[in-house]
Amino acid sequence: MDKTQNNKAWFLVLPVLLLVAFSAVLPLMTVVNYAFNDTFGQNEFFWEGLGWFEEMVTSDRLHDALGRQILFSGIILLIEVPLGIFIALNMPGKGFWGSFCLVLMALPLLIPFNVVGTIWQIFGRVDIGLLGHGLAALGIDYNYTNDPIDAWVTLIVMDVWHWTSLVALLAYAGLQSIPQAYYQAARIDQATRWSVFRYIELPKMKGVLLIAVLLRFMDSFMIYTEPFVLTGGGPGNSTTFLSIDLAKMATGQFDLGPAAAFSLMYFCVILLISWVFYTAMTNLDREENR
Amino acid sequence: MSRITLSNLAHSYLANPKGDDDFALKEMDHVWDDGGAYALLGASGCGKTTLLNIISGLVRPSQGRVLFGDRDVTDAATTERNIAQVFQFPVVYDTMTVRDNLAFPLRNRGMDAAYIAKRVAQIAQMIGMEDILSKKARGLTADAKQKISLGRGMVREDVNAILFDEPLTVIDPHMKWELRTQLKSLHREFGHTMIYVTHDQTEALTFADKVVVMHEGRVVQMGTPEELFETPEHTFVGYFIGSPGMNLFEAEISGSEARLQGVKVALGAAYGPTTGRTQIGIRPEYVTVSDEGMPVTIKRVEDVGRHRILRAELGGQPLNAMLPEGMTIPADGARVAFAPAKINVYANDWRVAPGDVRKGA
Amino acid sequence: MRSKSSTIVMAVYILCLLIPIYWLINMSLKTNSEITSTFSLWPQTFTLQNYVTILTDPSWYMGYVNSLIYVTMNVVISLTVALPAAYAFSRYNFMGDKHLFFWLLTNRMAPPAVFALPFFQLYSSVGLFDTHIAIALAHCLFNVPLAVWILEGFMRGVPKEIDETAYIDGYSFPKFFVKIFMPLIASGIGVAAFFCFMFSWVELLLSRTLATVNAKSIAATMTRTVSASGMDWGVLAAAGVLTIVPGALVIYFVRNYIAKGFALGRV
Repeated sequence: MDKTQNNKAWFLVLPVLLLVAFSAVLPLMTVVNYAFNDTFGQNEFFWEGLGWFEEMVTSDRLHDALGRQILFSGIILLIEVPLGIFIALNMPGKGFWGSFCLVLMALPLLIPFNVVGTIWQIFGRVDIGLLGHGLAALGIDYNYTNDPIDAWVTLIVMDVWHWTSLVALLAYAGLQSIPQAYYQAARIDQATRWSVFRYIELPKMKGVLLIAVLLRFMDSFMIYTEPFVLTGGGPGNSTTFLSIDLAKMATGQFDLGPAAAFSLMYFCVILLISWVFYTAMTNLDREENR
Repeated sequence: MSRITLSNLAHSYLANPKGDDDFALKEMDHVWDDGGAYALLGASGCGKTTLLNIISGLVRPSQGRVLFGDRDVTDAATTERNIAQVFQFPVVYDTMTVRDNLAFPLRNRGMDAAYIAKRVAQIAQMIGMEDILSKKARGLTADAKQKISLGRGMVREDVNAILFDEPLTVIDPHMKWELRTQLKSLHREFGHTMIYVTHDQTEALTFADKVVVMHEGRVVQMGTPEELFETPEHTFVGYFIGSPGMNLFEAEISGSEARLQGVKVALGAAYGPTTGRTQIGIRPEYVTVSDEGMPVTIKRVEDVGRHRILRAELGGQPLNAMLPEGMTIPADGARVAFAPAKINVYANDWRVAPGDVRKGA
Repeated sequence: MRSKSSTIVMAVYILCLLIPIYWLINMSLKTNSEITSTFSLWPQTFTLQNYVTILTDPSWYMGYVNSLIYVTMNVVISLTVALPAAYAFSRYNFMGDKHLFFWLLTNRMAPPAVFALPFFQLYSSVGLFDTHIAIALAHCLFNVPLAVWILEGFMRGVPKEIDETAYIDGYSFPKFFVKIFMPLIASGIGVAAFFCFMFSWVELLLSRTLATVNAKSIAATMTRTVSASGMDWGVLAAAGVLTIVPGALVIYFVRNYIAKGFALGRV
């Protein structure tokens, strides 16, 4: 659509700007302040320069947490995106069953994060949970509170349970926008099921899938509450992701300086990746509108 | 390539159709010849798309059979019917190049590469896209995309039929004419059975050997453009074909004479007694305006370019007539005469053949 | 054929989604002694005592009230500011629009953990700590960008000629916006409201940081019970079930909007 040049539009954006600035810029300034200073309480600050940054960049603890984080996000995306697409392809169209599936699928998305953690905490326990008890009954040695692998598996299964529906719903939205004529044409051309997916469905879903990947990447990279409730970062440090480490540092140990420096770097990484995604998305838009 | 037989065919979108009104397609029996070019013509909602979908296999008819040649394909899926279809809006595979788009139906059928290349080159030449074969389809205009769709429909030589569902809707007017001419010559060249759905009479009359006119779920007439013009089987055909449509007058028939509002009109032949609502119809082209004949009240004269149309009233009913070049209308009121042989008689909207007694349905 | 295998896939998937939830409900209807002593697929001694505990104890049920208050406030605030902004982005080019849009989106992507502590200090210093409005405002940080983004997508789908016709017909901008434009994008507003509700309802970290007593959310109430009172599994499960209910109700009521919104917008 052609847009008109009009700087008065700023007035319409102003409320958003003020609101978000209040919620984002001021806290960010505080973080920056901490990141470059040291304090012994009572609001007395000493200039630390890049000291905290150096400390954090070279810290093994951070490297380990980052490694775990990347591994976790990677696994999550590899499972949830294909699975979500697969589910979307099998969803019924309009009508009663369509809404029925939509409502049930959206259910996990509307459960508070810590309740998701609680559900799986109970579900996975060997003594009282269906999953833990069931696996034990099958003779599988499973205990997510002691075994790092079991903890990881539980976390991943939980995240897949929690978020696959989001990917599926987005992919479904993309599929709904494909006119019936395309499927009819493909049938006439004797296209295989795979060709239909590859040449009709996938290109039409590309936009929403990019959004889904972006959302899932961001949210899994920032994941805090669910592992906090389920494993508390343990056993040991095996499920201590970046956010959990950060919260431990900032609220547990009151190491505000390093925590702030850590936050800023964390934020920058996410910003960078988001920027790459955003640019890719707008380029895609432009290509399609050409 | 094969003959298409529609036997005892009817379709309703309801599970338990009660009356005639519940049927989107009323019972019909037709045989469409191998290699013919047919146009399905009718206003929107007349059932022409339903009929096309039944032929393509998208819709299974609630009763009756569809035969391709001698093979019953009523229950066969679209894939097995070996047909090609071109849709109202361009359906192209965006991420493929133009070449891959054209080759797609052949590749899926496992043809060998040399044949595919040869065939794609032929088609590309026909639709005038040889120079952009390697381009991605995504960036092309709607015109170009629709040409690719047409090309993909043509690329297979062995299809039973090619179906066109109002394919020129998105095409620019000047391109429409060109593409239609191309389709026509392709038909002459390859002899595919072609079925062309449209609501535009010009498209239908110029494209098809036989035009199938549909009205309210019924095939009201199937005939050559000439037959549709000279002897419309139904008042709808008379009204729908031609511009302006046929003049229709309420009349009483006795023998070879019709009486409308007290005015006597001679008919070309003798008719038996009719029942129900009786009308006579005459094309504006066969109405002559002169000093003799029936007096009419003139409303206005319209200039529509190639000729002029007289809009008038005869005995309180509207009448249109074509005026010859240079003719002037007498100021004190004109008179008209009908060419007797060109008058058709209708009882309850259906044409009555001379000497025949037709009861209204 | 395809529809049959699809049905199986969907049935299995939805079953997998529902089993953990069923287990939670199952637990919430058992007594604590049964939970720890016997293992059963359904309650042997059916009890509603866990729910009674929650619904009669203000320290429990006020958690729900608080959560609902700040979520509602957040949805209202988010939509109120996001609607005009989304209109501006969908209709006009203005200085710095692209950068502003990206900056808004980055806030959606900021890890809440980064902001928890500064938020605490900010709201304490302006005297808003432990109030509903504080949590509602904090949640705006990620909900407003999302709402702007969703609404902008829907608004782009409304032809500009409609605006122009309305102005010619003598509508003022606010009147046009409320009377003509908003009904046109009703399903978009529905979708945006749904997402705002969802993200505000499920968020824990900020709401826990910003409230201790008066505006304490149900989510926070639950985490504290876990750590403090040993393991009162039955009550915990019942509280969990009750947190699912509002979400389930909301999605049930907006299901048609969502289906339509999913079909139309880019979401």
